[in-house]
Amino acid sequence: MEPSTTARRAVITAEALDDVLIALTAAGYQPVGPVVRDSAIVLDALGSAADLPHGRGTETSPGHYRLRDRSDGAVFGHSTGPQSWKQYLHPARRKLWSADRDPASGDFAPEPVAEVPVRYAFVGVRPCDLAAIRILNRALRRDENAEGPFIVAVECGDPGATCFCASTGSGPGCTDSGEGYDLALTELTGSAGHRFLVTVGTARGASILDAVPHAAAPQSAVMTARRIVAEARGRMGRTLPDTDLRVLLARSAEAERWDDVASRCLACGNCTMVCPTCFCTSVEDTTDLTGDHAERWESWDSCFDIDYSYIHGGAVRTSAKSRYRQWLTHKFGTWHDQFGSSGCVGCGRCIAWCPVGIDVTEELAALDETIEPETAR
Amino acid sequence: MTGKPKVAVFKFASCDGCQLTLLDCEDELLALADAVEIAHFTEATRTSLPGPYDLALVEGSITTPEDAERIEQVRAQSKFLVVIGACATAGGIQALRNFGDVREFTQAVYARPDYISTLAHSTPIADHVPVDFELRGCPIDRGQLLEVITAFLAGRKPRIPDRSVCYECKARGLVCVTVAHGTPCLGPVTHAGCGAICPAFARGCFGCFGPARGANTPALIELLHQQGESPERIARFFHTFNAASPAFAKASQDAAAPEDMP
Ligand code: SF4
Ligand code: SF4
Repeated sequence: MEPSTTARRAVITAEALDDVLIALTAAGYQPVGPVVRDSAIVLDALGSAADLPHGRGTETSPGHYRLRDRSDGAVFGHSTGPQSWKQYLHPARRKLWSADRDPASGDFAPEPVAEVPVRYAFVGVRPCDLAAIRILNRALRRDENAEGPFIVAVECGDPGATCFCASTGSGPGCTDSGEGYDLALTELTGSAGHRFLVTVGTARGASILDAVPHAAAPQSAVMTARRIVAEARGRMGRTLPDTDLRVLLARSAEAERWDDVASRCLACGNCTMVCPTCFCTSVEDTTDLTGDHAERWESWDSCFDIDYSYIHGGAVRTSAKSRYRQWLTHKFGTWHDQFGSSGCVGCGRCIAWCPVGIDVTEELAALDETIEPETAR
Repeated sequence: MTGKPKVAVFKFASCDGCQLTLLDCEDELLALADAVEIAHFTEATRTSLPGPYDLALVEGSITTPEDAERIEQVRAQSKFLVVIGACATAGGIQALRNFGDVREFTQAVYARPDYISTLAHSTPIADHVPVDFELRGCPIDRGQLLEVITAFLAGRKPRIPDRSVCYECKARGLVCVTVAHGTPCLGPVTHAGCGAICPAFARGCFGCFGPARGANTPALIELLHQQGESPERIARFFHTFNAASPAFAKASQDAAAPEDMP
């Protein structure tokens, strides 16, 4: 796809990243982005650009994640980590309301929790995660026109071995569509110096760029950025089988492969918690010792938890086989019917962070191989 | 019944750590004392009121013939019987005797082994009497204990999820020690409840809360094996506070004899 020719583009130096953070803070945003902690790249508040993972890359494979040093000093030379923007958009635990008993009447009146909205600026959102934010908002029925966090996206030049965004159509670039970000960066580390090509996505993005020292983007920088993304596309770690996954999964309900994967699956739920689009929650009420105070909490739940399918009389999906099948079938198949797209953006988190390294692309390929071609396609 | 519900705390073979958790509820202790009548709790008070009790909290495992009888009496006097901790729910660390010869041990340790009257096995309370709820942990978690007491007072189900430690680890935003550091961790097969304390300090889970429901221990054994752990070491991972829980007992046996595994 050709990059949009109408978008405003500029070039900033690597040092100017700090000015971007200063401009965001001055505009009332709280910048959050990638930082190194406990030998991984996680998301946290950014005080300055020095907090970003300069010169740190990642090495991933099924069930495996390690940091490595990069000789090019790239700031965004890593692929996705154990966390995603979901932790800000859809936190692991959230109080919905609390209620106290009125001593006179004995009644309860629920008090909604006064949430002070934080104006986040998400810095370093990968193209797969841009797509994930869209999908998550749709699943949570969030108002698409409401003012969301400021988004500084970064195109990917060095996909991880567990990435397959080219198969899901969500990366490794994001500037061709011009959607979902306020500013998009492409990191240039070549002989012309460490710079970023900036593509403006929105008016508020333009005003941040205006507050930062920048130069008009030379055509050569645009061409280099385009080449970096095209090369990244050619170096994807993984691919999805080239078939209609909805049809494949609909026909695979009785496949023997589910027994095979269930023997390896720990049913630990890590895949769903690291997935940037898995949104399931449970809602629970608590009371205190006096019985005069009650609270309602929403917290992350998972189709891998036996109690998630608990209905009157018992749980419906007691076997790990049925739970794994539920997850994969929903994510890649029935998600289309429910939300009009796949639930997967090819970020590869579930592959790297599955302790036993179960690989969704491999499982889908195995299903594809065993299902009769004429019935699957 | 008039007045406040009567709560009693009983000890069997144990270290007292779990009942100590009750005294550890500093901020909530006054509210608790307001809400219930502590009828029997020798660690806290000399006062001991006779039963029946509305709620009995039972710590410890059954290791002597006397205790096997005493738990029957506790059960008979208690409307609800909640067992707390790895000893009461799985036999505790002392259940390692179940895998050896207790007579041999007593002969090696005591000058007069004939003074020792003990059972060959350390067993959980539920092996002897019906139990209304099992609260896991070595020791139990303070917040979970309060939740269980509160739930029984309110007549509702305790909110104690039976799932893996990984849920708590990820909800806290911790980095997986197995995936990112290659550290052996029992989290994926261990019952949640501790709040993922050990991974928060970059340690693998020790399995203090025992097996999670449906734990796939063969898959974890295979992973530990790939991480370079020897069969003996893997067997020992499962041979701690919950060694005699059926899932972990089987896992240590499977790990020690990998060729017999399915
Ligand atoms: S696929 Fe992996 S991460 Fe997901 S539940 Fe199974 S073992 Fe856990
Ligand atoms: S299913 Fe896996 S690869 Fe797809 S979006 Fe979720 S975590 Fe990423």
